[in-house]
Amino acid sequence: MSALDQFRAETRAWLEANCPASMRTPMPEDERVWGGRNARFSNPDSKLWLARMVERGWTVPGWPKAYGGGGLSRDELQVLKEEMNRLGCRSPLFSFGISMLGPVLLKYGTEEQKQEHLPRIARGEIRWCQGYSEPGAGSDLAALATRAEDQGDHYLVNGQKIWTSYANYADWIFCLVRTDTSTKQAGISFLLFDMRSEGVETRPITLISGASVFCETFLTNVRVPKGNLVGRLNGGWEIAKELLQHERGMISDIGKSIGGIVPDVDVVAKKYLGDADGRISDPVLRDAVARHVMDDRAFGLTMRRAAQESEAGTANGGVSSMFKLFGTEQNKRKFELILKCAGTDALGWEGAPFSEEALTLCRTWLRSKGNSIEGGTSEIQLNVIAKRVLGLPD
Amino acid sequence: MNLTLNEEQTMLKNGAHEFFKERMPVKALRELRDKDVPDGFDRALWGEMAGLGWAGILIPEQFGGADFGYKGMGQVLEEAGRCLAASPLFSSAVLAAPLLLKAGTDEHKQALLPTLASGELLIALAHDESPRHAPTRIATRVEQSADGLVLNGAKTFVVDGHVADRFIVVARSSGERDARDGLTLLLVDAKAPGVSVTRMRMVDSRNAAAVRFDKVALGADALLGKIGEGHAPLAAVLDGARAVLAAEMLGNASEAFERTLAYLKLRKQFGAVIGSFQALKHRAAHMFCELELTRSAVLGALDALDSRHADSAALCSLAKAKACDTLELVSAEAVQMHGGIGMTDAEEIGFFLKRARVAQQWLGDASFHRDRYATLKGF
Ligand SMILES: Cc1cc2nc3c(=O)[nH]c(=O)nc-3n(C[C@H](O)[C@H](O)[C@H](O)COP(=O)(O)OP(=O)(O)OC[C@H]3O[C@@H](n4cnc5c(N)ncnc54)[C@H](O)[C@@H]3O)c2cc1C
Ligand SMILES: Cc1cc2nc3c(=O)[nH]c(=O)nc-3n(C[C@H](O)[C@H](O)[C@H](O)COP(=O)(O)OP(=O)(O)OC[C@H]3O[C@@H](n4cnc5c(N)ncnc54)[C@H](O)[C@@H]3O)c2cc1C
Repeated sequence: MSALDQFRAETRAWLEANCPASMRTPMPEDERVWGGRNARFSNPDSKLWLARMVERGWTVPGWPKAYGGGGLSRDELQVLKEEMNRLGCRSPLFSFGISMLGPVLLKYGTEEQKQEHLPRIARGEIRWCQGYSEPGAGSDLAALATRAEDQGDHYLVNGQKIWTSYANYADWIFCLVRTDTSTKQAGISFLLFDMRSEGVETRPITLISGASVFCETFLTNVRVPKGNLVGRLNGGWEIAKELLQHERGMISDIGKSIGGIVPDVDVVAKKYLGDADGRISDPVLRDAVARHVMDDRAFGLTMRRAAQESEAGTANGGVSSMFKLFGTEQNKRKFELILKCAGTDALGWEGAPFSEEALTLCRTWLRSKGNSIEGGTSEIQLNVIAKRVLGLPD
Repeated sequence: MNLTLNEEQTMLKNGAHEFFKERMPVKALRELRDKDVPDGFDRALWGEMAGLGWAGILIPEQFGGADFGYKGMGQVLEEAGRCLAASPLFSSAVLAAPLLLKAGTDEHKQALLPTLASGELLIALAHDESPRHAPTRIATRVEQSADGLVLNGAKTFVVDGHVADRFIVVARSSGERDARDGLTLLLVDAKAPGVSVTRMRMVDSRNAAAVRFDKVALGADALLGKIGEGHAPLAAVLDGARAVLAAEMLGNASEAFERTLAYLKLRKQFGAVIGSFQALKHRAAHMFCELELTRSAVLGALDALDSRHADSAALCSLAKAKACDTLELVSAEAVQMHGGIGMTDAEEIGFFLKRARVAQQWLGDASFHRDRYATLKGF
């Protein structure tokens, strides 16, 4: 048996023995575990499952063991993913720390910063939020105005952030601030600070889906120790962009992570439209469903090809923008199609006679509209592809 | 599933790229058209292509082939697609040879495959009877007679039919319209009494023919496989051909896209290169994404054929459908973005548009393949 086969066998056995049965079912959005100082577990098994995965370093299986990771190789990571999929294991922890901040701290953080933050992210002890957007700086992120002034041993931060997802639940924030007003991109720095710091105030914003995951975040004379600067002073733009690459990867995958409770389009179509000799009875929608399912497959093959090419060192740059663009637009198309198939059944807002599934479909449809806005809009991804990949001029 | 090329396939692709660019650029197709060459292709160049082993890519070595598999064949045709190269490569090597291999007797294989591989013999597949691809909608009949078989019927869009030495004809020996059972494959000499061939002048300046069979008398050796059991081998070979055609279409689309991109960086209007206008940039980026998805679908189908993946029929339909949609988009945008010059015969971009629509219809358009994919997937 090869070492990898051995690893697979052990992993399978461990997952079978340790993943509670209730953690092998599709996960409703409100059962996600985000960790943090005020962590909430809607299911007691999810706490146990998190603890067991933390112990193995498998909340961040690819990070070095020294920082609470699993130290797995790329092949081992793939095996772990496959085995978790095979059993239908839920992801034990959702965290901006894992999907966004961690990778850039590993690259740009000082040893002290890594020791301080990475193990806590791995254990789900600190919940992070992302302080990028401002009222005057959305797509044009580098126009941000929140200022951090050098006060000797600390920075004094003043300004306003907006669209800060989950800021009201977060413990810490990774934040872009202006440290030089004489230049645009080259005057931005990347700061970390505790949301309990004096002068930090958050106000939730309600979304069209009825949920309120975003906040406005007001920063008034917030004192941030100088040791919390990541990378160089005025060198934050590079880090910000790299973090966005990770964010885009996460968002283009979002359809799958919330997919747990949302059935496949062809299944919904058959259920609501009826079945004539094994075919979805509405021929026009059947064609649309087939197109959708086939595009999903082609997209899946493209992600696989990109992984194989990056392994072989022949990868094409700019794929993260393509994945963000296509993945999110495709996810939006999915919900539009589901809505068409389910008709008025999918348009209920709350209560009987609507089923839990139908209500979730409706809310998730509304939430999906944000996929092509958050992390950089589709138009911005098209700009990036045109410029970086195709070399078209400004 | 392996979606990258190995060293051998990369070499094959690079070799084909050089060959087509040097020897058969779009200019060569224009010349064939303008000189009204009766064959519609250059016999000498076809000899060179066969000499490179391409006619035998899907033929095992024991019958004189190179046995490089579908992924290899796809690379050569993708490069041919970039140059819109006209040759009987597809009809002989992608349709006829694998069908002989699957359905023919040992005698058929021994006698015919080596000459197909060397490019001396040209065989065309005569299947469709209506202007839209319908593999089981066969009215052409073959019947037993006192001294053998008799064939009657008419075929349309027989690719390379007007230069073929022989045809593989799909005929109905029994069964209702659209039934899979009762289809029979026959090997028919193009010169046999009762066979009449009319060249179809297609918009893409490539070769096809309408072929009639009027009381054509055939011996038992004309039968490819068992009577009434032609559907299975035909379906398998059509799938392979769809994947390879999708590769050719990917080549066409990639080249049309790259030429358009170059034009966007060159042409100035309103004091700026037109590629700086966002209305065009976003459409270019959109095409790029569709091309990437198409490439993955094509490689997926070719790999599935070589590895005998259980889902290869669906993957072949995926590849052809995606190639149809993408090529339709890219070929139309290419002309549009070239402005008035794109409408002229002098500019080559229009050749890509013309070839695109023919390739889209051949072996099933996007709706045909979406319908098929849905059926295969049980919805
Ligand atoms: C669900 C969700 C979660 C989010 N979470 C966070 C978070 O946690 N932290 C955070 O900092 N931010 C977050 N955001 C904010 C997000 O990054 C911004 O909304 C996004 O970057 C767009 O900025 P904007 O809303 O100001 O839109 P604008 O930039 O005002 O854009 C408005 C419209 O104009 C278009 N547009 C703008 N510029 C161009 C251009 N140059 N060319 C073509 N079209 C253009 C846009 O594509 C869009 O369609 C989140 C957003 C959403 C929807
Ligand atoms: C069939 C036909 C008949 C014609 N008849 C006549 C006639 O009788 N008399 C006459 O004078 N002319 C005639 N024309 C010319 C016609 O008006 C021009 O072709 C047309 O104005 C486009 O100009 P162009 O060809 O130089 O393309 P370009 O201006 O070079 O455009 C190339 C591409 O760039 C795009 N583009 C250019 N600028 C922008 C921008 N700012 N933003 C976004 N996209 C842009 C265009 O839409 C096009 O897709 C005819 C053209 C055709 C095709």
